[in-house]
Amino acid sequence: MQNFIDAYSWINIRFLLQGLWITIEVSVISIILSFILGTILGIIRYAKIKYLSAIIGFIIDIIRNLPLLLIIFFTYFGLPNIGIKPEIIPAAIMALSIFESSMVAEIVRSGINSIDYGQTEGALANGLTRWQALRIIVLPQAIKNMMPALVSQFISLVKDTSLATIIVLPELMYHAQIIYGQNTNYIIPMFVALAVLYFIVCYSLSLFANYLHKHIA
Amino acid sequence: MKKFSRLISLGAICLLTLLTLSGCSSSVSKKDVLTADQQSNRITWGVKADTRLFGLENIRTGKLEGFEIDLAKAMTKKILGPDGKCTFVPVTSGTRVPLLKNGNIDAIMATMTITPERAKQVDFTHSYFDAGQSLLVKKGSPIKNISDLNKPGKVILGVAGSNSVKNVAKYAPKARVLQLSDYAQAMTALKSKQGNALTTDNGILYGMAAENPGYEVVGGNFTKEPYGIAVNKNQDRFRKKLNWALEQVEKDGTYNRLLVKWFGNVKGFNYQEMKR
Amino acid sequence: MLSLIASQWHPLLIGLWNTILCSLIALVGSLIIGTLFALLEISQHKVVSIIGHVYVEVFRNIPLLVITMAFFLIIPMYIVKINGFTAGTIGLTLYTSAFIAETVRAGINSIDHGQLEGALANGLTYNQAMRYIILPQAFKVVIPPLGNQFINLVKNSSVLAFVAGFDLMYQGNLIANDTLATIPTYFIVGIMYLIITLPLSYYMRYLEKKLA
Repeated sequence: MQNFIDAYSWINIRFLLQGLWITIEVSVISIILSFILGTILGIIRYAKIKYLSAIIGFIIDIIRNLPLLLIIFFTYFGLPNIGIKPEIIPAAIMALSIFESSMVAEIVRSGINSIDYGQTEGALANGLTRWQALRIIVLPQAIKNMMPALVSQFISLVKDTSLATIIVLPELMYHAQIIYGQNTNYIIPMFVALAVLYFIVCYSLSLFANYLHKHIA
Repeated sequence: MKKFSRLISLGAICLLTLLTLSGCSSSVSKKDVLTADQQSNRITWGVKADTRLFGLENIRTGKLEGFEIDLAKAMTKKILGPDGKCTFVPVTSGTRVPLLKNGNIDAIMATMTITPERAKQVDFTHSYFDAGQSLLVKKGSPIKNISDLNKPGKVILGVAGSNSVKNVAKYAPKARVLQLSDYAQAMTALKSKQGNALTTDNGILYGMAAENPGYEVVGGNFTKEPYGIAVNKNQDRFRKKLNWALEQVEKDGTYNRLLVKWFGNVKGFNYQEMKR
Repeated sequence: MLSLIASQWHPLLIGLWNTILCSLIALVGSLIIGTLFALLEISQHKVVSIIGHVYVEVFRNIPLLVITMAFFLIIPMYIVKINGFTAGTIGLTLYTSAFIAETVRAGINSIDHGQLEGALANGLTYNQAMRYIILPQAFKVVIPPLGNQFINLVKNSSVLAFVAGFDLMYQGNLIANDTLATIPTYFIVGIMYLIITLPLSYYMRYLEKKLA
């Protein structure tokens, strides 16, 4: 019990919260970037544009089938070889956005596919262009269908930021490790704290998504 | 068939891109690190940020503290003069070598044991700390030394990235070795009886024994673990300068002072015999 | 890189095998548990559905590493000793099952409620309607997101590396540390993950086309 009291001293909690802030910052930027990029890629893949769709489809498949840990690793240590030397936080955001947008692209593609093609045909018959049909008729319905999958993916994203500890991103998990580096007895209190903090962030995210879902749909 | 060949060619392109990304650049190791550091009056060290006594971030101040940090500061002053500056970059056992090769850091001082296998990839200075490997067990455990562990069914816990787990395979080949990611996880795994003993370098073990009264260090040191500073290949001038600085620090008593500062209060740890 | 493969193929293959084994067990386990909890979630009994929701939200919102560590470090202190591989596999199964429950629940909800009413009006019981009418259609809808989850599962099995589960990532870490050939090692490990995940994702794509 004493371990818990010592581990949760204000100085440690403050340090954890500093880490939490980096986690949130990196997550929010990556969620926005990967949502935008993923939607564009998903539509390109769905649209079956000659060559372009096939090439993008293949790259998406490779990226989403690789462990994120390795993508973070290659972004941080591979890019300097071609002349780009990102700092730790941009490297983490870049790696997360690349990976998650390929996940989002797959969700978007299947979401659009799940809408009956008859609707597009109907829209075209009514004089809408293909792009209008997609934007006005298909996408709004598709987004409603893919909302749960997207939320799951973004919850994963928040927790996946912890993988960036390997490139020493000063986020929540890394700060917890520094704290229990002072005293090995702090490890269990720290894991409890991690569970609680991640739960609060991720659960708020899904509540927020539910709220959006109700007000948009 | 057409589709298939297109897939193959796409695959080849992707592999090539990955290969370029993963290829190790050689341009960095051609630049002379010592000259560059003397010009900028700054040496960038890769150090540990999560290892007590050697390199640990102080939560209050945000600064790194430990024996290696102090030693690096002292050596920097010897090389660059009294206003020489140092930058510390926290590294892990997974990132330290790529960071060195990419030129993010000039030298690694992060509890890294000198081994012939590693010397193929990086160059080492002389040893700056002669750690010895020992065992931590629950008080009253039948295990008294490493040979007690050399039996089938015995499990030894270690930390991934340390050389100590490699040694165990030599001294107790019949035991099973589990490598965990940090000392706290290994210690807790020992408490939850995932293994019979925890092995690593003695300084760290004594520190953990002090925190956990029910556990003790047994069997004395069964190996020598010389820690070395790693630099890139083809940086002989820098390496020689580091060796020289290490000698200077040992001669003027700074080394012994730092040893007492960090290990003087570690109960059970014989720092006297480590003095230089 | 070739010399690395030549000298390290044995530990790498052990790692590959353990990763496949853990993924297979967790895949089957989480599919069963996940579907079960999805059914609990949509149950008409308030209490049952709350139990389902709590399970899903707890396991979905806590990091996998924390769940796995609890099984590896805390449970052996008080209850029963389990090794790293088992702890990792249990953690992975429970964690993924929450995501699968959420996916399947969304799939069931996407089926028009009129179908359930129609089936009930035609004399089927609730269980029969679920089993013969709703679930088969729901699975069709959820195959793409389920595919994403399965791929996540295979990759998340790298959590075994943290509890000495001797999986691909664990072996990769050890080799990288021994040889210091960090980037080539992780490159090989990446290819080996692709060997598992690429066929899996193409199979899911095939299934999606076949059922559509």
